[in-house]
Amino acid sequence: MRTRRNIAVIAIAAAAGLAPEALAQGSAMEEIQKYRDQLAAGNPAELWEARGEALWKHQRGPKNVSLEACDLGKGTGVVRGAYAELPRYFADAGRVMDLETRLVHCMTTLQGLKEEEVTARPYGSGNRRSDFEALAAWITSESKGVAMKVLMEHPKEREAYRVGEKIFYFRGGPHDFACATCHGESGKRIRLQDLPNLTERKDAQRGYITWPAYRVSQGELRTMQWRLYDCFRQQRFPELKFGSEASIALISFLAKNAQDGVYAGPAIKR
Amino acid sequence: MNQRILMAAAAALVAGCAATPAGEDASAQALQIMKSSFQERGQAKLDRLDQDEAQKLCSAAGADAVPKDVAERIEKANLAQIRYPADGKLLGDWREGEKIAQSGVGKQFSDDPKRPAGGNCYACHQLSKAEISFGTIGPSLHNFGKLRGPSEATRRYAYGKIYNAQAFTACSNMPRFGHNGILTEEQLKHLVALLLDPASPVNR
Repeated sequence: MRTRRNIAVIAIAAAAGLAPEALAQGSAMEEIQKYRDQLAAGNPAELWEARGEALWKHQRGPKNVSLEACDLGKGTGVVRGAYAELPRYFADAGRVMDLETRLVHCMTTLQGLKEEEVTARPYGSGNRRSDFEALAAWITSESKGVAMKVLMEHPKEREAYRVGEKIFYFRGGPHDFACATCHGESGKRIRLQDLPNLTERKDAQRGYITWPAYRVSQGELRTMQWRLYDCFRQQRFPELKFGSEASIALISFLAKNAQDGVYAGPAIKR
Repeated sequence: MNQRILMAAAAALVAGCAATPAGEDASAQALQIMKSSFQERGQAKLDRLDQDEAQKLCSAAGADAVPKDVAERIEKANLAQIRYPADGKLLGDWREGEKIAQSGVGKQFSDDPKRPAGGNCYACHQLSKAEISFGTIGPSLHNFGKLRGPSEATRRYAYGKIYNAQAFTACSNMPRFGHNGILTEEQLKHLVALLLDPASPVNR
């Protein structure tokens, strides 16, 4: 991690024609911002979006149907703006779901696929690609420009928010870390990485509306489920289960805090 | 008469329920949900979700600071558990300390438990002037030794603070590196040297 970051700083310094030791911190930060701006010009996330759209329309499973009959919350087959209202309570499942868990629900109920089969690879790596990353890329791209509006009307939605808030402040493990350790104060950094304060409206919006994102350092498109999974790894917690109740509760808390933020993903990040 | 006893009993029951804050119920619910939402992997077992008293009290405070009396209780309990080196020596080698401060390895399920852990100090603190890639969650420690001098009391404070930060500041964001077995006694001594040795880049 550190090596990669330092290499990035040195690479930027070299590109700017400066010796690394001549770099003052301020100019390093400016150069990193320039690097980020340049990245945004061409986002490989589009490749995942195209594959996701094809997967959505692809007939498969024992019932040989596509996901086009899936209700993401705004009615059967409605994708436009659906992500901006997730997570939400689904009466047909009797629980609150985020995008990925809803997709699992549709794959098992509509297409007749087995849950353990479809959830075998939630996160891709090289040639071992994940359908969820592709589907999430396409579905979220269909909410670009839509203001985040999680409803929080159903008691189960409000309960998910309350539980998510508790999880956000839950300190545990050998390092005593909680989500709040890094994301509970404004204007902080880890190394040179700015940390959003996810309890503060502006920061929470900026963080939430840019996931999923193409991660340059990994060459992969990553989802909000992955973001939480990897945060908990760094928190020294055990492994977060894909689509688990805790993940949905935490995403509910984060989505509500980002309310009214205009969705801008899939983004591109370092 | 019977009715009156019944009413008194009912009133006591209501009072009993009211004495349990809603926040505690939500905490218990959250913990139950977390236990079913995580799975063991590598060295990260599910018992990492079992909180000690400090973790419980700090979590319960949420975004707020813990009340003063609770903070004092946490600090006292943690202070009593600091173990200083038996040989009485607190200063190691600052060069080794710098390596430990740079390394973020350790305790993640993706880490090899056989590899020595780091302290990852630079993630949150400025230390040497030469390292510009430092975080700001903790205060700058540049010139830490220069400002405080080389006294035995300063050495003991530095060792104790790294060993168990919550002995001095309840609910500090800083991991309790000695208390929770993240770093060894020898590694802690190297970090004390990084902070206090006049030759250390921290003091130059």
